Amino acid sequence: MKLFPIRGGIHPDYRKELTSEKPIVALPLPRLLYLPVQQHMGAPANITVQPGDQVKKGQVLAKGQGAVSAPIHAPTSGRIAEIANITAPHPSGLPQNTIILEPDGKDEWGDLPEPLADPFAATPQQIKDRVAGAGIVGMGGAAFPSAVKLGLGGSHKLEILLLNGAECEPYLTCDDRVMREYADQVVDGARIMAHALGTPRIVIAIERNKPQSLELIKKAAAAFANIDVADVPVQYPMGAERHLTQAVTGRETPARKLTADIGVVVHNVATARAVHQAVRFGRPLISRIVTVSGNAVREPKNIEVPLGTKVAELIDFCGGLAETPRRIISGGPMMGQPLPDLDVPVVKGTSGILALTAGEVNERPVQPCIRCGSCVSICPCGLVPVEMAAVIRHENMDAAVAWGVMDCVSCGSCSYICPSHIPLAQYFNYAKGRLNEQDRERRKRDLVKRLVEERAARLEKAAKAKREAAAARAAAQAAQAATAEANRVNP
Amino acid sequence: MKILVDKSAPFTHAPTSVQKTMATVLLALVPATLFNATLFGWPAVFMFLITLGSCLGAEAICLSWSNKPVLPTLFDGSAALTGWLLAMSLPPWAPWWIGVLGAVFAIFLAKQVFGGLGQNPFNPAMVGRVALLISFPVQMTAFIAPRPLFSSTAPGFIESLGITFAGRVDFDSISAASALGYVKTELSRGIPVSQSVPHLPDLMDIALGMHPGSFGETSALLILAGGLFLLARRVISWHIPTAVIGTLFVMGALFNAINPDRFTGGVFQVISGATFLGAFFIATDYVTSPVSKRGQLVYGCGIGLMTWIIRSFAGYPEGMAFAVLLMNALTPLIDHHIRPRPFGRTRKGEPLPLARGEK
Repeated sequence: MKLFPIRGGIHPDYRKELTSEKPIVALPLPRLLYLPVQQHMGAPANITVQPGDQVKKGQVLAKGQGAVSAPIHAPTSGRIAEIANITAPHPSGLPQNTIILEPDGKDEWGDLPEPLADPFAATPQQIKDRVAGAGIVGMGGAAFPSAVKLGLGGSHKLEILLLNGAECEPYLTCDDRVMREYADQVVDGARIMAHALGTPRIVIAIERNKPQSLELIKKAAAAFANIDVADVPVQYPMGAERHLTQAVTGRETPARKLTADIGVVVHNVATARAVHQAVRFGRPLISRIVTVSGNAVREPKNIEVPLGTKVAELIDFCGGLAETPRRIISGGPMMGQPLPDLDVPVVKGTSGILALTAGEVNERPVQPCIRCGSCVSICPCGLVPVEMAAVIRHENMDAAVAWGVMDCVSCGSCSYICPSHIPLAQYFNYAKGRLNEQDRERRKRDLVKRLVEERAARLEKAAKAKREAAAARAAAQAAQAATAEANRVNP
Repeated sequence: MKILVDKSAPFTHAPTSVQKTMATVLLALVPATLFNATLFGWPAVFMFLITLGSCLGAEAICLSWSNKPVLPTLFDGSAALTGWLLAMSLPPWAPWWIGVLGAVFAIFLAKQVFGGLGQNPFNPAMVGRVALLISFPVQMTAFIAPRPLFSSTAPGFIESLGITFAGRVDFDSISAASALGYVKTELSRGIPVSQSVPHLPDLMDIALGMHPGSFGETSALLILAGGLFLLARRVISWHIPTAVIGTLFVMGALFNAINPDRFTGGVFQVISGATFLGAFFIATDYVTSPVSKRGQLVYGCGIGLMTWIIRSFAGYPEGMAFAVLLMNALTPLIDHHIRPRPFGRTRKGEPLPLARGEK
């Protein structure tokens, strides 16, 4: 099919060969599972179990609350050992409310919702409810509740469901393995999602460095006339939502709009498989495929991991560490989160665990910017990183906004290419954090101002009422006195 | 086990570094430098080494004055490149103090007072050359015809030491004009271009470098080869060199067609003087050129145009250095006004409109 060029981008050393030929293996049940209540974007889930409760596999442990949230289910049967604050898989290393489940080893399923016999006869709302109930979130790493995105059909005129199998991050092969081993499930999930969204067309986009995935998905999709498989060029960040949309449709999403505004909804391939599982079998999202890789890991693998497994157990399952890693990353090396240690659980958005050696990370001391312009040439968002960094260094956030820092997708291409090893993406993340903080402060100030004004108005109103009442009273008294006087004078 | 979480992603890096970039540029200059060293003999070799060494020395002094680490910064290669390019732009038999003074102008005044690498608004090597040219016009235009090393016309090693360090040379008897200089002088004597150019070595000899001129600029073809090497290694992009050379050629060809007695032709403009050195090695200096590709095209065209204007109308026969400095001054302005179009926005920065029929 016809493809369209995207601007800039880089060609990092992909190192996918470490795991691309390793079939998915299941992790033996760990001794304890740690399930944080916030594994998704939006509001944390509301815990519905007590310590000591016996739970079955697939049982709801915490309910989603509010419009954007997702429930948490038991990855296996067992006992709720504790509800405690445990270090979250986040660079801050801050604790988070976490359900600790002690598996009983029976791995017994609880009562699951009835499978939808014919999903294509079901209403979009039924599918959306099923996906929401299964706790499915975007599996590419963003972990945005999928049901919310499946509801876009109601508010937008959609044409294409774009299934993202680009997997443009180096090292990661979890999506590649899912497409190779579960091609039919991915295609079926995509068809169910397209039905829920009301999109007539499905495009499954896969980077050309995954020829087996391309072939198997093409085969699985051959029977369906409305599905196209696009072999997109190997160009980081091809898997970014807006860029993939542009590469496949030629349409450029306007700033501050959604791809849905130009008729396209993007979902990850592993999300499609999770939807298939939820709709066809009633199974909630309780495990995911994780790529464990990097040269510090003895035997890199693709593992099916029950959610809540500690990262340390994954590393042990891969033969342990061959050397002390320079960095431990959750996700890919371009956009992943650095982890402070291995004592954190795998959550719904954990696509990879990378233990990278100093050689792989290739960190060097920062040198002065030589204005080579590489960052400008490769920026997929058409920004000027060199100028943005210069103004952010001086805390000039207004200028940073004027240079477009809020349009930055934090893909990290600029940091990657910089010959002076300047951590440009770090500057932009910092600026976005500062700007969000300023925004919060401004909103707080506005709220306080409004409350103060309202209070003043209220007090003023009360005082006025009091004055009026007093005046009325005085008038009444005067009238009374006058009447009395009149009566006295004229009895 | 505690692991670093001191910065955000990415945690992988391209095999790029400032040193690597500088080293590639230096490598690209090697063939032309060796060739010219052979062509102009020991005095040229001494002049080259003195200029290069002085620039490194000046950089080291500045760094130690400002309490910066001397060795790591010295080895970033930028001072070496400045010295090398400055030497390339000097007359091959220039006396030692020209090289030293040039280094002082280039490193002290043009680079380090602004804060060192990456901070200088003007190309240091060209500041050095222009300051020398204005201050010492006689020494800076004392070109000689090639006297290849070990040939009968070449001075010996000891004699060369005398030329470089003691000024034991009578330029009046041996100096020769560069091609551009000859044409300009003849024009001022009322001899039209159409008559003076045929007296010059033919274009092929000029391209090869067999003619008087600055140390590095004479062998246009080897400089071109170095430039193409930089293009192939993606150290530079085609935008600036193409714009510089293209503009110069078009202006030359156009005005030569209008008045062949007054203006030299396009090919002559491109082959002679510092066109290739300027277009591939000087104008492409990262620090002092615009960062966006469209900005680089504007900048390159500006240099080509300025060079042609200075060569054709000003007092100096060669205008590349002046043109580069003038356009350096405009770089911040170009960068401010010519930016890439952000994704999802118009060039003015407004969000793109949604196509009709979509909401």
